Amino acid sequence: MSASTRPGWLEKPKPVTQAAKAVALVAVVLLVCVPFLVIVSTSLASTDEVVAGGGWVLWPTEPSLDAYRDILDGGIVTHALGVSAGVTLVGTLLSLACTVTLAYALSRPGVLGGRPVLLLILFTFLFPPGMIPSFLLVKELGLLDNYASLVLPVLVNVFNLVVLRGFFQGIPEELYEAARLDGAGDWRVLWSVVLPLSKAALAVVGLFYAVAYWNSWFYASLYLESDHWPLQQVLRTYVVAGSGLTDATTGEGTVTAPQTVQMAVLVIATVPILLVYPFLQKYFTKGVLTGAIKS
Amino acid sequence: MLPGLAYFLLFHYGALAGNLIAFKEYVPFDGLWGSPWVGLGNFRRMFEDGAFWAAVLNTLWIAVLQIVFYFPVPLALALLLHSLTWSTVRRFVQSVAYLPHFISWVIVVALFQQILGDTGLLNSSLSGLGLHTVDIIGDPDAFRPLVVAQVVWKDAGWGTIIFLAALSQVDEQQYEAAAIDGAGPWRRFWHITLPAIRPVIVLLLIMRLGDILSVGFEQMLLQRDAVGPETAEIIDTFVYYQGIVGGDYGFAAAAGLFKGVIGALLVYAANKVAHRLGEQGVYR
Repeated sequence: MSASTRPGWLEKPKPVTQAAKAVALVAVVLLVCVPFLVIVSTSLASTDEVVAGGGWVLWPTEPSLDAYRDILDGGIVTHALGVSAGVTLVGTLLSLACTVTLAYALSRPGVLGGRPVLLLILFTFLFPPGMIPSFLLVKELGLLDNYASLVLPVLVNVFNLVVLRGFFQGIPEELYEAARLDGAGDWRVLWSVVLPLSKAALAVVGLFYAVAYWNSWFYASLYLESDHWPLQQVLRTYVVAGSGLTDATTGEGTVTAPQTVQMAVLVIATVPILLVYPFLQKYFTKGVLTGAIKS
Repeated sequence: MLPGLAYFLLFHYGALAGNLIAFKEYVPFDGLWGSPWVGLGNFRRMFEDGAFWAAVLNTLWIAVLQIVFYFPVPLALALLLHSLTWSTVRRFVQSVAYLPHFISWVIVVALFQQILGDTGLLNSSLSGLGLHTVDIIGDPDAFRPLVVAQVVWKDAGWGTIIFLAALSQVDEQQYEAAAIDGAGPWRRFWHITLPAIRPVIVLLLIMRLGDILSVGFEQMLLQRDAVGPETAEIIDTFVYYQGIVGGDYGFAAAAGLFKGVIGALLVYAANKVAHRLGEQGVYR
């Protein structure tokens, strides 16, 4: 594939247009990247440099990992990181399992009462139950201060369900029939025929679930005691609301400026997203469109 | 297949039934079902509450600003990206632009604080140049533009996906034929590109209008303390502060139910309008 394909009939653009486009594109890239760069740089800088720079640094002269050492020494942030990782992993797997089975059942004609069940589910999208009833329900189920309260109330996402269902419906009917003739049951068909063909859709839906669990903080603030908080809620309290983090994690004699520590927590909360992003990014246009067209 | 279904029955329909609390006075000891009925008392209080109407007004304000200032951005960006003939550049910019969508609101708000806050990048640069500093984060007057800017930063790139998909459906040969017939770039845009993506634009606009009572709950909750409830209280944060923080569950549930019912009616109406206009898009 060539990098640039200009059809013969297309006239050469004017230099002014070219320049304007280039400026706009560079602006978009900078607007997204510079904030991240500043955060990373500040987290790597020394206290003196941050103070001299008035609270931020664009290019640390002597990068150090002190801030990271300070917060990852077994204190609040280390614990929260574990909670976030655990909730994300378990939540994503459970959500995927439930969504896949439900989407599969709804994609096959005649299973589960088909359309009425589908409408029942789509209705919840139109009319969400509301914050207070949901909160009271979790409370009455005895799930307060239980990690299950972060997963169970958001187990299946309707949009993800519709994406998967649409994808499953796109699989040619002949493949189902062939599997049936070979004597495969529903589980067997799902496992050996449908899932291997749906890797792209599964990757997208899995990514959406994982990102949602990783980014979630509000439910934690509602349902969990502070010593069970995941990373985002810790971040909210100590960085956005500005309570001191250094005192709580490292005790006295800290050598790192709070600013660098705050930035380090920000970086730690962002890095997992940046790590999975390049691997899954090639899938999501396709996945999202399957969902968008079907819904 | 049953766990997924059980989830919907319990956490949606179960919770939906919990909306009965809006007609009750919640007594924690008696639980959801044992609490005494108060009829429409909670709703009467709500309609007489100035703070509730202020929250409704704020919600509408922010939604309208988003429609005017956010909505065109993904479209413009999509047109720009689509016009690029160099696919490596296009893909790179696309990837960069999608990224902020996956960053949590906590991080987005923290980023904005770092850059525009009291001691942030902007102000330390300004004071370094000997200029006056500006407090953007804590200024109620700056709050509305600020939240719209945040939405643009976070989701404009992601929003291009659907427009780009519509644009990629356009048959290249139409452009070629038009060009051969002597149509310039502007005429081609007006007569081929725009009609091709108009259904998507109309559809998204209608759906946004249907969803006008919802503006980022997490985004507002995270920043409400900085500027105060006068500008930052929306219906969702009103429900949160009255119910979860204030413990007035019946009253807060009434406000939530009000929003839910009106919201559902609006989405339903928007859907109908979309169908009426002959757009096949939304199916429910």
